[in-house]
Amino acid sequence: MVLQVNGQRVSLSLEPRTSLLDALREYAGLTGTKKGCDRGSCGACTVHIDGRRVVSCLTLAARAQGKAVTTIEGLASGDDLHPMQAAFLHHDAYQCGYCTPGQIMSAVALVQEGHAGSDAEIRENMSGNICRCGAYANIVGAIRDAAGRA
Amino acid sequence: MYDFAFQTPASVSDAVKMLADDTEAKLLAGGQTFIPVLKQRLNKPSVIVDLNGLGLSGITSAPDKITIGGMTTHNAIMSNPDIQKRIPGLAKMASWIGDTQVRHRGTMGGSLANNDPSACYPTAVLAIGATIVTDQRRIPADEYFQGMFTTALAPEEIVTAIEFPIPEKSNYEKFRNPASRYAMVGVFVAKGPAGIRVAITGAAQDGVFRHTAMEQALATNWSADAIKGIVTPADGLNSDIHASAEYRAHLIGVMTRRAVAGA
Repeated sequence: MVLQVNGQRVSLSLEPRTSLLDALREYAGLTGTKKGCDRGSCGACTVHIDGRRVVSCLTLAARAQGKAVTTIEGLASGDDLHPMQAAFLHHDAYQCGYCTPGQIMSAVALVQEGHAGSDAEIRENMSGNICRCGAYANIVGAIRDAAGRA
Repeated sequence: MYDFAFQTPASVSDAVKMLADDTEAKLLAGGQTFIPVLKQRLNKPSVIVDLNGLGLSGITSAPDKITIGGMTTHNAIMSNPDIQKRIPGLAKMASWIGDTQVRHRGTMGGSLANNDPSACYPTAVLAIGATIVTDQRRIPADEYFQGMFTTALAPEEIVTAIEFPIPEKSNYEKFRNPASRYAMVGVFVAKGPAGIRVAITGAAQDGVFRHTAMEQALATNWSADAIKGIVTPADGLNSDIHASAEYRAHLIGVMTRRAVAGA
């Protein structure tokens, strides 16, 4: 099957049961997207499909055909980080870093959805992304900052 | 996950034929419940029939009803201005399902076909008196829900749309499991064409049910005070590590009063 990932055409030979997450990590070599729970609870595998955030573990790769998939690797332009990536760095919005790609993908979409109006709204709309290190306060700070209302 | 073949039908009738041809074939809607089920190897379909791309998603508003396509996502339902205005309880309900990522893929038809005993939508369908439209027939809400994970749907039947008449008042209140956000108790109250109805989810083993004592009291006096004294028996309610049957019975009273007060 052919996937469009970060603007590139990726041709892969996959079993129908392959999740988009496994297709990205194991076959396309894009290991930035993380596998946490693999059952839709943790958000570590969040990517965008046609601009909407989804959990790639609960999406069959076959169903992503013909759609634009964006992963954490597709955010920066060259050495220039996406403003959300820069904000996460600035605010130290992580500890171990495992959930971070999913947090950032979710955060970028959250701002585009117009859900960064208040800290409470950010928290509610980031509820699909769990951080077991508990970096939530700094994650909210980074999103507030990147959304331009710091 | 066991392996399966993946089929993309060109039409609803094509999909029905794929189901008829192979009794082990299963439909895939949004996959937010079904894919975890497959990953746990609780189901072993030979073929997955993809319902995407058959034109089953979309919301249309008519003077007397709102029709929601079976493949319409929770996100589309919560952000639809007609639903927000005319059936606010339903928009609120959709906004509380899972998280944003799940709401971008999970569908109303998928949820109703599954009929999880803690699912939210069954309460709205039952309380408002919606009609489940399939490729074969129209099923009234009162006949549709038949117990835990059981519905009136035949094995080869596909939910194409859900028609909601417009209630005069509607509201939903849910006591969420703090981790999963599933309903520990969810209550939908509606005053509309189907009368005054109170539908409860998450509390009973058989799934959604109507609370007739609450309905009768509200029919006389639509207010939170009117149902203050009603005690819900704990018999037949779920008991688990999150809440005892007695606690769920208590929550039904609290959530119903809140739902009526906010309607």
